[in-house]
Amino acid sequence: MLGTMDGPTRRDDPAPAADPPWISLVLALPLVFLGAFGLACTAVEGRALLLGDDSGEAPPPPVAAVSAAAADPTVVAASSAPAPLPDLLSQTGLYAARGAAGAPGSGAAAGAQELHPDVFQFVPQYPLWTDGATKRRYVRLPPGTSIDASKPDAWVFPVGTRFWKDFAFPDEGGAHAGSSAPRSGAPRKVETRLIERLADGSWRFASYVWDADGREARLVPEGGLPNAAPIGETGRLHDIPSRGDCLACHEGAGARAPILGFTALQLSPDRDALAPHAEVKAADAIDLEGLVRRGLLEGYVGPARPGIVAESPEARASLGYLHGNCSGCHNRGGPLADLGLDFEQTGRPGDAERVLSSVVGVESRFRLPGEQHSVRVSAGEPLESVLRFRIGTRNIVQQMPPLGSKVVDQEATELVASWIESIVNEAPTSAEKETP
Amino acid sequence: MKLVLIIHSLYLSGLALTLVACHPDDKEKQWGLVSGAATPADAAPASPEARQAALVERGKHLVDTSGCHDCHTPFKMGAQGPEPDMSRMLSGHPEGMELPPAPAAVGPWIVASSATNTAHAGPWGTSFTANLTPDETGLGPWTLENFRQAIRTGRHMGRGRPILPPMPYPVYKNFTDDEFAAIYAYLRTIPAVKNRVPDPLPPAAAPTAPGGAPKAPAAPKAG
Repeated sequence: MLGTMDGPTRRDDPAPAADPPWISLVLALPLVFLGAFGLACTAVEGRALLLGDDSGEAPPPPVAAVSAAAADPTVVAASSAPAPLPDLLSQTGLYAARGAAGAPGSGAAAGAQELHPDVFQFVPQYPLWTDGATKRRYVRLPPGTSIDASKPDAWVFPVGTRFWKDFAFPDEGGAHAGSSAPRSGAPRKVETRLIERLADGSWRFASYVWDADGREARLVPEGGLPNAAPIGETGRLHDIPSRGDCLACHEGAGARAPILGFTALQLSPDRDALAPHAEVKAADAIDLEGLVRRGLLEGYVGPARPGIVAESPEARASLGYLHGNCSGCHNRGGPLADLGLDFEQTGRPGDAERVLSSVVGVESRFRLPGEQHSVRVSAGEPLESVLRFRIGTRNIVQQMPPLGSKVVDQEATELVASWIESIVNEAPTSAEKETP
Repeated sequence: MKLVLIIHSLYLSGLALTLVACHPDDKEKQWGLVSGAATPADAAPASPEARQAALVERGKHLVDTSGCHDCHTPFKMGAQGPEPDMSRMLSGHPEGMELPPAPAAVGPWIVASSATNTAHAGPWGTSFTANLTPDETGLGPWTLENFRQAIRTGRHMGRGRPILPPMPYPVYKNFTDDEFAAIYAYLRTIPAVKNRVPDPLPPAAAPTAPGGAPKAPAAPKAG
């Protein structure tokens, strides 16, 4: 069929002749088709799909009211109706309280605020790639509470826990920022995301977009904010995700809390020197040792300095990158567990072998262009490996991760390719096994 | 192949879906799937087997009235024109079908569909309708959660690539959890058809191979 999107058909645009087997012609596209078409066109243009479900968020209870329920996440507080998300970032508890002159909305700048004394910065050793964004991450636990780490791979956070993450891109000046400021190239905060644990044990997700002057950030609608800011000089624009897109990554980890960068491994004092885009840990940033020392982590019995056990530093960094960027969905316990694709690392021996067994020689449901069969990782052959192909493209129907990035991470792609080259094939591929 | 003009039924089926999705009460009561004051007429079936049968029957009704066959069951040429090939019911785009490049867009005519109505080309690239049968090449590995989240989010398995036109998931996302469960239950009962549907093709301008150049078709390595 051949369809048209814009208004009535013009007499000077006759329907083209069919070329078998492309033969069916549609005179009028159904409305439902157009709806889906419009969304996908938006996606093809590099904008986030606006899939938010206006189901009504459950706002957070006051911190003081939820402390009693903190020990057991299954406990639903008697009064669990949370307040709506604040309109301003400065109202979310990230910053120290201000005087009357600096009350929210009075003109005081959130961007100039000091962090609240209960807020800690942290720096995961394997950061998520977001097109080169500069990030800062923060956590705040309710007073007197702590994280239950008795399940080493499934930390339980107290109700009322809040995480924030700043995203900044080089300032490209007024053209996109809504001001006449010249381009400085210095990082400019674009958004700050918030994740908060509610009284019923669930988590809610939001983002705040920064004003052009960097003084305040405002709650983004549930559908997100496509094309919010330029991604450096790449010519691409950063999308602030919809809340539905937040869930796509953050609720894929099964029993793990949806805080992907806050685990023993990610906070280990044993930092991986080869980790792509490793960030310098600020002196006041909290790590695993700091959490234990301050009594913020209860029941932790794992190693004090967990690290990925791998055959080489390159393998360690590659496995760490895949853990930090892929294991939110591709793990053993989440909704995609049945795929048998597992990039989760815990810092214990055997993890590397488990990951390798889930990819090397394993046939992929995705096929490389022109191929009838492809494998996730072909030992020694990065260009024959779906893993290398999909992290190395940003075509929207082929890329991995499927959202949250529009620019290929070249450094990581080269690292993973080099690691694949180093893998020695010791077993026949699953496709070969199927051959009589 | 003979040129055939199809007045597509999607519009009507979309309306039918909307009616079903927005006014489920009568059907839900008929199938005993909603809570509330029970009456002899709408009481739930007694046995688990009967409840499952009712669930499957309801799923069949939703599939039959929601236009699923229009794209997911390949069309064949019949005496009265194109008709669904029920021997390949809901098995999606036939994997062995040879397709030349889609015709170039002309003016406002920017969408093309194959004779089977299972391949659709447009600004998004070329999409192929999915195999919904319980075969391992279809929905076999999918859980109910994967299925429901895919339609709710418009993403493959609920977390992956965007689901492409003409799949009208913005309409179908309005199904209730019960309706998703019924559709999923029915789809587990239909004949499994081994048919590995191709992955969608990106728009022609996009690079499709690691080096940036389109990769030539290659013979299967194995299997």
